[in-house]
Amino acid sequence: MTRSRYLSVVRKVGVILITLLGLLTMTFVIGRLMPIDPVLAVVGPDADSSTYEQVFREMGLDRPIWVQYQYYLQDMLSGDFGRAILTGYPVVSDILRVLPATIELASVAILFGVGLGVPLGVYAATHRGRLGDHLTRLITLFGYSTPVFWVGMVGLIIFYAWLNWAGAAGRIGFAFDGMFTQYTGFYLIDTLLSGNWEAFVSAVRHIALPALILGLNSVSFIGRMTRSFMLEQLSQEYIKTARVKGLSERSVIWKHAFKNILVQLLTIVALAYGGLLEGAVLIETVFAWPGFGQYLTDSLLMGDMNAVMASVLFIGLVFVFLNLLSDALYKLFDPRTR
Amino acid sequence: MNVLSVERLNVTFCTDEGDKHAVRDVSFTLNNEKLAIVGESGSGKSTVGKAILRLNSPSTRVTADTLRFKETDILTCSEREIRALRGQHISMIMQDPKFSLNPVVTVGDQIAEALRVHRRISKRQAREAAIAMLQEVSIADPEHVYGQYPHEISGGMGQRVMIAMMVIPEPDIIIADEPTSALDVSVQQDVLNILNRLIEKKNISLIFISHDLNLVKKFCDRVLVMYGGRVVESIRADELSNASHPYTRGLMESLPSLRHRRETLPVMTRDPAWLTQEPLT
Repeated sequence: MTRSRYLSVVRKVGVILITLLGLLTMTFVIGRLMPIDPVLAVVGPDADSSTYEQVFREMGLDRPIWVQYQYYLQDMLSGDFGRAILTGYPVVSDILRVLPATIELASVAILFGVGLGVPLGVYAATHRGRLGDHLTRLITLFGYSTPVFWVGMVGLIIFYAWLNWAGAAGRIGFAFDGMFTQYTGFYLIDTLLSGNWEAFVSAVRHIALPALILGLNSVSFIGRMTRSFMLEQLSQEYIKTARVKGLSERSVIWKHAFKNILVQLLTIVALAYGGLLEGAVLIETVFAWPGFGQYLTDSLLMGDMNAVMASVLFIGLVFVFLNLLSDALYKLFDPRTR
Repeated sequence: MNVLSVERLNVTFCTDEGDKHAVRDVSFTLNNEKLAIVGESGSGKSTVGKAILRLNSPSTRVTADTLRFKETDILTCSEREIRALRGQHISMIMQDPKFSLNPVVTVGDQIAEALRVHRRISKRQAREAAIAMLQEVSIADPEHVYGQYPHEISGGMGQRVMIAMMVIPEPDIIIADEPTSALDVSVQQDVLNILNRLIEKKNISLIFISHDLNLVKKFCDRVLVMYGGRVVESIRADELSNASHPYTRGLMESLPSLRHRRETLPVMTRDPAWLTQEPLT
């Protein structure tokens, strides 16, 4: 390893540490600014004042703010995120339990986002200025600017209430609950592994609508970005070279132009995936999807600060991780950065 | 028979600000020879090159009484026919290898691809042919260079890769659009020598687009001088010093010389009448 390479790794680790510290600090500040009395959430509204005082001191709230901050950092760094009031379990195990539902939802959504967004963007770029391009831009503008909870409601009315295509609330029909082994926590996989075909169909019917609606945003985002990346590449000289060689338009687009946007595309897909975890907070509420978003919402409404802060921290960590991942992918796929 | 015939070629760029008539009534034929097209920037010389390969953008209007490669009418043939023509019969060497090579594909694969488009051969055969071709453009260690990316090689090497890529399907015509103007002066001559050796060996006709009169005088057989989208004079390269058109003469006189000291280079005077006269031959 050369010296400059070594330095760049050191710098990268430094940046991550600073980001994490910033994240912890932000979460702490948010915790203090929230108009929720954390003591009241623990002791309940009927507790007498001496109990209240006791808990107040136990939580360290009588100490100066910087001491509280120090305790908070110590707890976080030793992996102690406290217990959730709502469930009584440690927050970490709560999050790990609800996470598969959200990852499953977000993954199906991102598959939809990439599967539709990328071809749409490429189509718009190669038909620039024509009707198809204008239509694509209109649709993606709509998809990008419409709030996900609104589309969720409308989707429920149409596909559940009127057409009865979609399953109702939750991840799977009640009849199938506990009827298959939970190998991975992802129902689409678990039902298949258990060989329970009907349960699989039920899981598909339940996930389809929320995932499509959640993915609508990524379709639009990925589609618009793909379009502009492709337009930039299609105006390059090497595209002319490819045409001079006698390549078909399809090869010019996919083998030459598209290969050049792959790296940028991976980056925005990683970001879009992070965005989906956020979007899940809303969509899970609308569809009663028992995932991370609903856990966060419930904890928030309960004033369960341990759960809320750990969840916020977790979302931050996911974004840091996704950014690192896209950096690594850059190195892997772009020969110029090697 | 002429390999390429062009009669009254006109190219107009249609833009929102109005039409720009970039090429006006250009006529010439190409046989087995090295034909230069010279002119200032904006004189339409590159546009002529593009039109021959039908590479102009959709918003460009191209018309001609004749624009034919052997039996094929370039203006009216199908998309499939023009693709079969490109690369296999007429190809083009572009100006700057920094931009004209795909940055994320190895140079070897780019050369091999040029062959695989037109021949039914295996990947391995194409690879071997590409390596042999790299050797022909005087690249040492072609096996290693095959796997390199464009940013890893120098400009002179990049242009040799470009030449290899355009020569490998053994076309009848190569259009070279200022192939050395982006290169270091020290490697320009090497690249030209390689190009010259290959087109003579493989019997390829050349259209050499340039603004360098001195270069053209030595390198080509015949010269078309373009001004304002028109051919003002067509002349044998060795006759350039005796050119009769005032524009050509003006260009020749503006050249500095290593042998004779010249106090002031003359400023060109341009006559609007040149835009309407028939070309001198």
